[in-house]
Amino acid sequence: MYNSGKVIIGIIIFLAVFALPIWYNRGAAVVPPKLELPKDEKQCVEATAYMKASHMEMLDTWRNSVVRDGARVYVSTTGKTYNMSLQNTCLACHKTKEKFCDRCHNYLDVAPDCWDCHIAPEVKLTGRTK
Amino acid sequence: MNAWYSVFAALFIVLFLTLVSLIGVGPVGAKGIFGIYIPYLAAVVFFVGIVVRIIQWAKVPVPFNICTTGGQGKSLPWIKNDNLDCPHNTWGVIGRMFLEVFLFRSLFRNTKAQLGQGAKLTFASAKWLWLFGILFHYSFLTIVLRHLRFFTEPMPSFVQWISYFDGFFELLLPTVFLTDIVFLLAAGYLFLRRVVIPQIRYLSLPSDYFALFLILAIGISGVLMRQVWKVDLLQVKELALGLASFRPAIPQGIGDIFYIHLFLVCCLAVYFPFSKLMHAPGVFFSPTRNLANNNRMVRHINPWNYPVKVHTYEEYEDEYREKMKAVGLPVDKE
Ligand code: HEC
Ligand code: HEC
Ligand code: HEC
Ligand code: HEM
Repeated sequence: MYNSGKVIIGIIIFLAVFALPIWYNRGAAVVPPKLELPKDEKQCVEATAYMKASHMEMLDTWRNSVVRDGARVYVSTTGKTYNMSLQNTCLACHKTKEKFCDRCHNYLDVAPDCWDCHIAPEVKLTGRTK
Repeated sequence: MNAWYSVFAALFIVLFLTLVSLIGVGPVGAKGIFGIYIPYLAAVVFFVGIVVRIIQWAKVPVPFNICTTGGQGKSLPWIKNDNLDCPHNTWGVIGRMFLEVFLFRSLFRNTKAQLGQGAKLTFASAKWLWLFGILFHYSFLTIVLRHLRFFTEPMPSFVQWISYFDGFFELLLPTVFLTDIVFLLAAGYLFLRRVVIPQIRYLSLPSDYFALFLILAIGISGVLMRQVWKVDLLQVKELALGLASFRPAIPQGIGDIFYIHLFLVCCLAVYFPFSKLMHAPGVFFSPTRNLANNNRMVRHINPWNYPVKVHTYEEYEDEYREKMKAVGLPVDKE
């Protein structure tokens, strides 16, 4: 092999950079964040699997419906009715944003800007908490 | 080979691969295979394949100094030399390589030969390939770096910064990343360039289209997963971290589209070491880029040189001295 010193350094850099996910966590098992679920309720607005993946879509529809059409009543697939509201509905059951929404969002690098304007029940006016 | 045959052959293979994962995960339900075995296999092929190929390249001797020059070389002290375009030392080579790798400098020099007025051959600068090439590579890099959010906990802050700026305009919900748009547009341009320009269509092989289609399919499946068929990212991260810490486990509820995306990425990783995509490490091995133009200062020894058996004049004379003297020929040594 010619220039073996340089080539080996290059190979080591390549392996070190691309193996980042392996050495970064040092093989430690990462525990997913513990989400605090409502104690007195059993069922979310829609099926849990749908909420997990698509709650932001639902919030978007709610927002458009309220702000553009003034329609505030949401009828879920189970026939229950909900007031379409971020603060008053979601956070009525999921009482602490920090222990539910934020834990999941921080873990996955999601930073909704909703809380620039909307106020979560407990953190009144402390600004953007991500 | 017929040009359209190349396009359709490549398209067919990519569609076939998509279908394999769709059926393999959906009806067959082999999530363990697509979520654990294939990713590990792909990673091994990717790393071993690239290292082996690099070592093979490093074993090839460079018989001549064939660096390309694009500027005044170093000669007399009062002639200004251009150490980036015609490097005479290692720093110059490093500078040229840096600009090549990060700014695609030689692609920037791309020209187009045209017959102008009166059948005069003119060369015009052609920068579109450079522009879309660089957009494509940098958006690809940004997307891969953003994906680190699935593989690291706690996340390095630069990943959060990248995502923040990438989603700066907060278009739609979930926010559309600018690099996603740029990535698909640039890859789309690189494809259209091959089919629209007749000369390039004539030159393009199925492997040219295959790499592009595979990358486009990865991008499209990713964007669809983010904007349309959403999956639970909490579980995606569980799977990704499980793979990275060698504790693989398949979480129950991830949508099929995720496995399609992952399988296409694995195909790309397996294909990489055997394909033209190896231009990434290849640029460092290009003698035209990595050699200094110092022919007149340093003798380039051909490593191929084998010891040539020579018979010098002294030896010749030693051998025939008596005979030469006998016939009256002049000799150096008496
Ligand atoms: C009636 C009370 C109630 C309301 C209102 C409600 N949720 Fe829920 N939510 C629940 C319960 C209970 C669960 C746990 C369901 C389970 O474990 O199957 C849940 C689960 C979830 C989950 C999945 C968490 C996980 O386990 O990964 C998300 C995300 C979620 N809710 C978001 C929302 C959003 C966004 C809103 C507002 C649109 C909302 N919820 C409104 C009660 C509620
Ligand atoms: C620029 C400030 C602002 C931001 C940012 C913002 N909203 Fe709103 N939102 C409003 C205002 C104002 C209303 C109207 C309140 C009303 O009429 O009750 C509203 C209403 C809503 C409603 C229906 C009414 C209610 O009580 O909740 C929903 C749902 C909603 N927003 C969701 C969101 C979500 C989700 C986000 C983040 C992606 C968001 N909003 C970001 C200002 C904002
Ligand atoms: C199980 C984890 C989880 C929980 C719990 C959760 N979210 Fe989310 N949320 C996500 C993920 C993941 C995304 C981003 C989806 C993507 O990038 O495709 C998201 C995105 C959003 C978005 C859109 C942000 C954007 O800019 O794209 C809003 C708004 C949102 N969530 C609101 C909430 C609210 C309000 C709650 C609490 C009631 C909540 N979420 C709880 C995982 C969660
Ligand atoms: C060559 C490597 C890859 C490329 C080019 C690529 C490309 C993309 C693109 C363009 C998106 C759209 C959204 C975004 O930009 O974040 C995306 C989303 C996604 N990718 Fe990849 N990807 C790659 C590898 C992977 C791998 C290895 C995983 C496995 C964990 C993965 C999982 C995901 C997931 C879960 C999403 C959805 C993100 C969301 O909903 O916000 N990707 N991908």
